[in-house]
Amino acid sequence: MRWRLVVPVVVVLALIVLLGYSLTRSPDVLPSALIGKAAPAFDLPTIASQRDRITNKDLEGNVTLVNVWASWCVACRAEHALITEISQRTGVPVVGLNYKDTREAALRWLGRYGNPFAVVAFDGSGQVGIDWGVAAVPETFVVDRSGTIRYKVVGAITREEMNDTLIPKLKKLQQES
Amino acid sequence: MIPELGNFALILALCLALVQTAVPLYGMARSRADCLAVAAPAAVGQFVMLGIAFAALAFAFYGNDFSVAYVAANSNTHLPWFYRIAAVWGAHEGSLLLWMLLLSCWSLAVAAASRSLPRDVASCVLAVMGSVSVGFLIFTLFTSNPFARQFPAPAEGRDLNPLLQDPGLVIHPPMLYMGYVGFCVAFAFAITALITGRVDSAWTRWTRPWTTAAWVFLTVGVTLGSWWAYNELGWGGWWFWDPVENASFMPWLVGTALIHSLAVTEKRGIFKSWTVLLAITAFALSLLGTFLVRSGVLISVHAFATDPARGVYILAFFAVVIGGSLLLYAIRAPRFEAGTEPVAILSREGLLLLNNIFLVVAAAAVLLGTLYPILADALGLGRISVGPPYFNKVFIPLTAPLVALVGGAAVIAWKRTRWQAVQSRLWLPLLLAIGLGVLLPWLALGESGVVAAAGCVLGIWAILGALEDVVRRVRGRRVMLPRNVLGMTLAHVGVGVFVIGVSLVTGFGGERDVRMAPGDRVSFAGYDFVFKGTRHVEGPNFTAETGDFLVFDDGDQIAELEPAKRRYNASGQVMTESGIDVGVFRDLYVSLGESLSGQAWSVRIYHRPFIRWIWAGAFLSAIGGLVALTDKRYRRREKLRAPSREHMSSASVQA
Repeated sequence: MRWRLVVPVVVVLALIVLLGYSLTRSPDVLPSALIGKAAPAFDLPTIASQRDRITNKDLEGNVTLVNVWASWCVACRAEHALITEISQRTGVPVVGLNYKDTREAALRWLGRYGNPFAVVAFDGSGQVGIDWGVAAVPETFVVDRSGTIRYKVVGAITREEMNDTLIPKLKKLQQES
Repeated sequence: MIPELGNFALILALCLALVQTAVPLYGMARSRADCLAVAAPAAVGQFVMLGIAFAALAFAFYGNDFSVAYVAANSNTHLPWFYRIAAVWGAHEGSLLLWMLLLSCWSLAVAAASRSLPRDVASCVLAVMGSVSVGFLIFTLFTSNPFARQFPAPAEGRDLNPLLQDPGLVIHPPMLYMGYVGFCVAFAFAITALITGRVDSAWTRWTRPWTTAAWVFLTVGVTLGSWWAYNELGWGGWWFWDPVENASFMPWLVGTALIHSLAVTEKRGIFKSWTVLLAITAFALSLLGTFLVRSGVLISVHAFATDPARGVYILAFFAVVIGGSLLLYAIRAPRFEAGTEPVAILSREGLLLLNNIFLVVAAAAVLLGTLYPILADALGLGRISVGPPYFNKVFIPLTAPLVALVGGAAVIAWKRTRWQAVQSRLWLPLLLAIGLGVLLPWLALGESGVVAAAGCVLGIWAILGALEDVVRRVRGRRVMLPRNVLGMTLAHVGVGVFVIGVSLVTGFGGERDVRMAPGDRVSFAGYDFVFKGTRHVEGPNFTAETGDFLVFDDGDQIAELEPAKRRYNASGQVMTESGIDVGVFRDLYVSLGESLSGQAWSVRIYHRPFIRWIWAGAFLSAIGGLVALTDKRYRRREKLRAPSREHMSSASVQA
């Protein structure tokens, strides 16, 4: 038996271990250093116009959901319907943070799938995303009335997550004054 | 009653598949001809049983039998009948059934052709295919039974996913699966070679047509998928690097490499263990695709309803089948290593070696991009999505040199070619390619760009390089081209056409998002688009707002487009139907966005130059594969056999 002939077996074994591990993963929530802290400051143009600005001050006064997305992100397509549903069921405005994208592609995406966002901030360079600790798209943040991040979901939201965690949390925050 | 018959047929199919696997292998071990002879009838029986099961499910769909849970979840009384039939493979359980039915079609074909094969080879191939079938039948019966009943039966079904209500769905999955599953034949031949220890020119001559046939189906399937996405997703794009697209593309890349390496193995008797490894890999990637789509580890627009138990089963099956095969390979492959002679780079085998390297590396790059989200998750980097930026950056530099090689394919001969000979034959095509390639974008579209021109040069070079050989042969009085040469030429011309299409649509395609109220006129890409307004349309199972657009070129009306926004009654899902004016040199594509204030709509207009060339090129390649399949070498055996059969029948008549 020659060693280089064993290489394929080793590669496939590694692949199987990796895939097996991924099966054990449920879309769990990762702890974030930002939870319990004020939302990082930003001042960005909106997706529709370079002149209109949106800042972290706009998040205060209301419970909001901040959803980081991009038109090139497949997972964002998957969670899109749920984002719409959360907004409809709780009345919480969703602020989009369009991350490392182009205006044209992002607008087309919104046109194609519908726009669930109250407003979308355009972060083409990804600078604000870095401040918010975005490692991956999509990510979703729950921000309370005082502008403090209370909860974070990494990756696409699942239906269970929406029903069991996100919506109860949003409703609870809405009742707090 | 009928669904129970289907279920029973599935169970019988499993029993027959077990027989088809175990008995011939026992016969191999004990050299018993009677046991070997069981394989073919068992394969036929399995085909019949799966056919019955499939017909039973189709009947349940046709008759709107909503007591069958799968039918209730994927059909609706208002769904037109052809979509009701196509809905059989519209979701997980039924598409598995289709998968198995097609696998048994291939087994049937192998059984029918088995008389031209040595009996032990034919039986072993069928046994291996039977074992794959066993795995999928167990999976279906125990985790994904399409015949499961639910009581009380709902009065109305939940309807087929609207995305799938397109003529593309009727033929795209069957073609794609024929390709996926077809690689199982090449895989079974590879395993047989490892078991019997024989990889000779006879083995490659048997394996080649099966591989080419599978490749043709896969090419057509992937192309139809791309065409469907263009029509149905309303984005004006033809490839999205979606994980599921990648899952079909990786076996295609490796299958293409396999076709080429089989040529070398047949002609020169080298690359034997490499060819066997490629055959295993092509099928491994088909299985991996099945896992990725059905386990829920990747998020995709195509993902089927997911269930961790299914993922675990498919992964275990993958581990046994592919891990076992590669282990067998590691043990047995050394015997194929003949005295290796060095391969000259300027020879056809040298070129094909490069071809294989590029194709396999490209497949590895796609695999890495597809699995990277899983890897990142495992390493604790969070869940991410790898998008087109990665794939375009990696894939284009890997495939551009490959296309450059295609131009020289026919001219460079086996073993060794003198550089002067190559030069003398290729200088003219090369000059022409450069000239035409630079001019083409300018002549056809009145625009020019470096990248697009480079792409056109490459594409025309591939076409002219392939045609040079044909011209030369025909002029040299050898008017009848051998079918395999003709097939290769067509396939390579197809590659060129495809590359031209990709370059021009990427370089000069444009789109505009505009707000249009009835009566508005927008000029774009040299055409005027007039919006007449929208009207309400009632479909069989949807309601739609259909827009009326007139397209003018220099004041002459050239097209009337009717893009629509459909709302499906059962699911409430909204779908975009695009309005497309198809042309050889350009498509004009209009889709409706959101309804704005008043009667105004946000409208997206796309100009897609040469996009038809992408699919035309791919289909041309597939036709090339079909032509190669009719080559004399594969028919000669039939001719030899025919007289002997006649002889036998006349003998029996006399008796």
